[in-house]
Amino acid sequence: MKVKVLSRNPDDYVRETKYDIQRVPRNYDPALNPFEVPREYTRAMNATKLERVLAKPFLASLDGHRDAVNCMAKHSTSLSTLLSGACDGEVKVWNLTKHNCVRTIQAHEGFVRGMVVRFCGTSFYSIGDDKTIKQWNMEAPGYGVEEEPINTILGKTVFTGLDHHQKNGTFATCGQTVDIWDEQRSTPIRSFSWGVESFSSVRFNPVETELLASCASDRSIVLYDMRESMPLKKVIMTMRSNTLSWNPMEAYYFTCANEDYNLYTYDMRYLEKPVTVHMDHVSAVLDVDYSPTGREFVSASFDKSIRIFPKEKRNSREVYHTKRMQHVVCVKWSADNKYVMSGSDEMNIRLWKANAAEKLGVLSHREKLAANYNQKLKEKFQYHPKVKRIARHRHLPKHIFTEAKEHTVMREARRRKESNVRKHSKPGAVPMLSEREKHVVAVVK
Amino acid sequence: MAKILKKNKVSTKGTKKTLNKNTGTEKTPEKSSSAKRRERKRKSAGKLKGTLKTTKKPPIEKLDLDNVDEDELLNEGEEIIPSEDEGGSDDDRKHQKLLEAISALGGKKKRRLAERSEATIQISEFSVDAKGEGEKINLSDLIQTIAKTPAVSAQTKSHLKKLKLEEKTVDSPLTKPETERIQRNVAFQKSSEEVSRWQSIVKQNLKAEQLVFPLNQEAPGPKPLEQVVCGWKARTPLEQEIFRLLSVNKQPINDPMLTPIEEESLKAMSLEDAKIRRAELQKARALQSYYEAKARRERSIKSKKYHKVQNKAKRKEFVKTFDEMLKSDPVSALEELQKLELGRMKERMSLKHQNSGKWAKSKAIMAKYDDGARKAMQQQLEVNKDLTQKLATTLSDEEGEDDGETSEPDMLPDFVNEVEPGQDPANPWMRGQLSKDPVDLTEPSVPETAAAVLISEDEEEGPEETEEEGLLRGFAERRKQRQEQEAENEAAKNQDMEVMTEENKAGAEKAVASHDAADADIADDDEEEEELSKFTNLFQELKDSRMEAEASAMVAEVSEPECAQLQQAMFRIKSLEDMDLLDQEEQADPAEPNAEAPQPAPLESKGADKKRKRKRGIDLAEVLTKEATVIHVPLAPTAVEGAEGAAHGQEEQRDVIKEAFAGDDVISDFLKDKRREEEAGRPKVVDLTLPGWGEWGGQGLQPSKKKRRRFRLKTAPPPPRKDGGLASVIISEKRDSSVSMHQVGALPHPFLLPEQFEVTMRAPVGATWNTRQAVKKITMPKIVTKVGAIIQPMSRDDLLKHSRKQEEEGTAGEPKKRKAPQRKRSQKRHKKTKN
Repeated sequence: MKVKVLSRNPDDYVRETKYDIQRVPRNYDPALNPFEVPREYTRAMNATKLERVLAKPFLASLDGHRDAVNCMAKHSTSLSTLLSGACDGEVKVWNLTKHNCVRTIQAHEGFVRGMVVRFCGTSFYSIGDDKTIKQWNMEAPGYGVEEEPINTILGKTVFTGLDHHQKNGTFATCGQTVDIWDEQRSTPIRSFSWGVESFSSVRFNPVETELLASCASDRSIVLYDMRESMPLKKVIMTMRSNTLSWNPMEAYYFTCANEDYNLYTYDMRYLEKPVTVHMDHVSAVLDVDYSPTGREFVSASFDKSIRIFPKEKRNSREVYHTKRMQHVVCVKWSADNKYVMSGSDEMNIRLWKANAAEKLGVLSHREKLAANYNQKLKEKFQYHPKVKRIARHRHLPKHIFTEAKEHTVMREARRRKESNVRKHSKPGAVPMLSEREKHVVAVVK
Repeated sequence: MAKILKKNKVSTKGTKKTLNKNTGTEKTPEKSSSAKRRERKRKSAGKLKGTLKTTKKPPIEKLDLDNVDEDELLNEGEEIIPSEDEGGSDDDRKHQKLLEAISALGGKKKRRLAERSEATIQISEFSVDAKGEGEKINLSDLIQTIAKTPAVSAQTKSHLKKLKLEEKTVDSPLTKPETERIQRNVAFQKSSEEVSRWQSIVKQNLKAEQLVFPLNQEAPGPKPLEQVVCGWKARTPLEQEIFRLLSVNKQPINDPMLTPIEEESLKAMSLEDAKIRRAELQKARALQSYYEAKARRERSIKSKKYHKVQNKAKRKEFVKTFDEMLKSDPVSALEELQKLELGRMKERMSLKHQNSGKWAKSKAIMAKYDDGARKAMQQQLEVNKDLTQKLATTLSDEEGEDDGETSEPDMLPDFVNEVEPGQDPANPWMRGQLSKDPVDLTEPSVPETAAAVLISEDEEEGPEETEEEGLLRGFAERRKQRQEQEAENEAAKNQDMEVMTEENKAGAEKAVASHDAADADIADDDEEEEELSKFTNLFQELKDSRMEAEASAMVAEVSEPECAQLQQAMFRIKSLEDMDLLDQEEQADPAEPNAEAPQPAPLESKGADKKRKRKRGIDLAEVLTKEATVIHVPLAPTAVEGAEGAAHGQEEQRDVIKEAFAGDDVISDFLKDKRREEEAGRPKVVDLTLPGWGEWGGQGLQPSKKKRRRFRLKTAPPPPRKDGGLASVIISEKRDSSVSMHQVGALPHPFLLPEQFEVTMRAPVGATWNTRQAVKKITMPKIVTKVGAIIQPMSRDDLLKHSRKQEEEGTAGEPKKRKAPQRKRSQKRHKKTKN
């Protein structure tokens, strides 16, 4: 016979530690707990304020380079390793947890233009202005042994960009053409050109690993398939794109950093107009990198700041800057979605938190619950003017502030002029163009 | 033909000039002047025609072939010399000659030259054509002649026709850029298609309530040993021998835990699937055991009564399903009906259950003293009645329903009929039933004939018979009431009601059953009577409740004119006072909008109140015809009425509007509202006087005037209302600037209605108002990342998993069967993508 006994879970009434408050069974009757909205509003307000108080994104500055940092590479298997290449041809390997340089290689003569770590993490490639592609071992050589590349490929022209395939032993470079290389060969297995003489960057699609995209100097972005002999398509924009980054979770989206201060997210299937135009920078955007979750991306700009954009939002959610940071040339989002690394002209690499107010380290259960609750409250009351004002407020350096103001004025003037022109011309002669349509000149098939 | 051939040959031989006259194409290189050529052509044409006309016999197919052959022949045999240019200068000619001379030196070169110098290039075609149009021989000319000759087969004709139609040249190959563009397009289409496969997974991730990165994490827990130790190999001879044996017997070697079959089954069923499957099996087992136990229990029940009730219920169920079946599957329903009918016939024929057998007779003797025996006999009769009852289909029901009088007894339980079988033949209520039921008809005669049965019945019904008169009176009274109501309701009766009556019947029957059960124990007459009265009460209650339900249904449908009529009939005016009341209401109605103070109604009962309400609903038409009281207000919409000489259509429009707003006086309502608003905005005098402070207090003592004046606070008058000068506007002055700072100005983006937004705002999320679990669920973050875990980009495996999952969801009905082919398919796709 089954005897049913009253039983309770001790977790419901036993406290975790003796410092915890006593657990008391509660009565959730709304009549006994009135004013829920005002009380939560106050809590939301406090949470928002606290968030701003605790927003200290800057973690560390890694110094050691003797020239401007030109490129960076994430390690594919180790979170704590970062590689950086400077304009004097020096490559440094950093330990991010210890904030120190582990290894220094004089890799190239002139700029180090690009670096990429092989998917297995055992070696990395670098390209430079000396027209060479060099493969290096990730392991530092023994004491007293000279640093020597595993492989060196001497190219005919200067290489400007480099990326490695996600799973195969193939990599792509760009310069005057976009070349696909097999690791075992010293000549490219395929090279694409389409009436353009120079490319600034090339990136493999991390999801559909056979696809590539490159930014060309004729203001175009060209798509390729490694398996085809022809490029696929290109879109020509009003200004040149510097780099692009594929969304690692959504195979068909990529974002490009443009010279016209904006970033454009494209769906590669519909290049006629970008999905979103991200506009907040006040100078040319030099680099962009997606977060590994594919929900946000970080952009580095010539205006000495880096910004974090949600992928579907027009405006940035965060801007990072310091007094000493100069033009930011390269930026990376760490593979655990927690940090952002930026390399800038004044020879420093900076480490930032991806969420400015997030508490790092291990959180206790109650801390976690509180953080979640606060986050939810902020979300819930985000439309309330007071909360919104506090949550949106960011300090900006003067030059960015004034320039941003200037840009709004300019935009407004342009808009007004356009509307005036429209007013005084034949109806239909000056069509209304959305912001997304304005920046695409043509799509070439 | 021969002539032509000859001629050609001659010409080639003689003049070294070729003339390809037969074909009529432009190949013929001209050597002489155009005149000459024309002449010759004409000649040849004439000849050709002649020959063709005269000799109609020769097979044309051959001719064609000949032509071709000839051409070839000619081409082979001819030594073509480039013709002189007619209009060309001397130099040119000389040059040509020189070239000829040179070409004559080497045999091979000649030919090439000949090919190069086509006549058409050098001779202007236009001059030739302009004059020699008629003479030129075309293929079509030849074909025309062919059409005339009957010897030509239809097939050839059709071939020729086709040839004629298909005068197409092969397209020149596309230019390089064009081909490249096409190639690019194709490649792009392919890759964009490939990329589109991710769309579903991307969308799913976007919609997901929570995403935990890294996405494809392995399940925590111990891994199988063989996965951990994978580098192990058999080295010693013994080990090797063992492994050989294992491999021979198809036993696992590297994987000592699982055999290949097990492995396969593991692969076929993921952990989740296995869990689901196990749960299903558990459930099935539990259900099975439950049903088994139930069946066992039921089987072991000895009570006949229970089984009887069960059988009855089954029968009822069957009847219920039978009605449905009648609609869905009439054929089988008919069969069932026939079966039932047959059963009924048999029952009627046989003497079974008639209490005429040996057993019954013995029981009849016992019945006098034994309650059980009496019961048993009664049951027998009941069974008989049940079996011989005609099955009432819906059709017959409807017929019966048509005349209220006959249908009425249906609402009463059988029990009632049994109680007073023919005791009061004058009672029409009884009569209806009697006339319907043949058994009942016979029954009254039974007690007269068979004394024993009568006795038993007397024993059974005795107590009731003693009280019968009273009961009957009660029944009659109730029936009267019901009849009155019924008369009112008659028109409103419909199918729904039928259902309800049936339900009531069922309920009543249940009550009867319970009553019977109770009866078996109770011998006391009085108690029985009580029970009976209880039953009747219950029955009446049920009926009343039904009536009420009907009434409420009526109220709901007041707006419909038919119902309005019905309602008028439903509630009878019982007294003159009621009439007066109604009149008053009608008179009061038009005055209502104006009258601020309501007229004191003289002693209105609740029912009267209800009536008035209904009356108002009914009298809508009457109200509509009435003129609304016109209040003259500047800028009010009634000003429209002032427009004179309006067109007919406008008038109509106005009438419509008037009619629409006839009942409710919008303007006065608005004015009232506005006055109320103004009233509310006016500062109120606050009296803060506390009696007893500073002076004597107590019963009957008022605070002094001075004090009252002192403690009456008058707030400053508010600023003048914004809508003070505007007659037709109310501007709310409620907005408080100190609060509005904290209020959301405009509806935020994802929300479509203010209500939605308000609802989301109103629901608290904190632990103060919600349980722990609820809070956990509500505050769950959308994206969770593990500390120190590298989040890899999405891989094709994820896509495969996703698509497989989707497929499984699509075919949830039979997951096991399709599992294997699915896997194959996905593997295939995988291969494709790899390629």
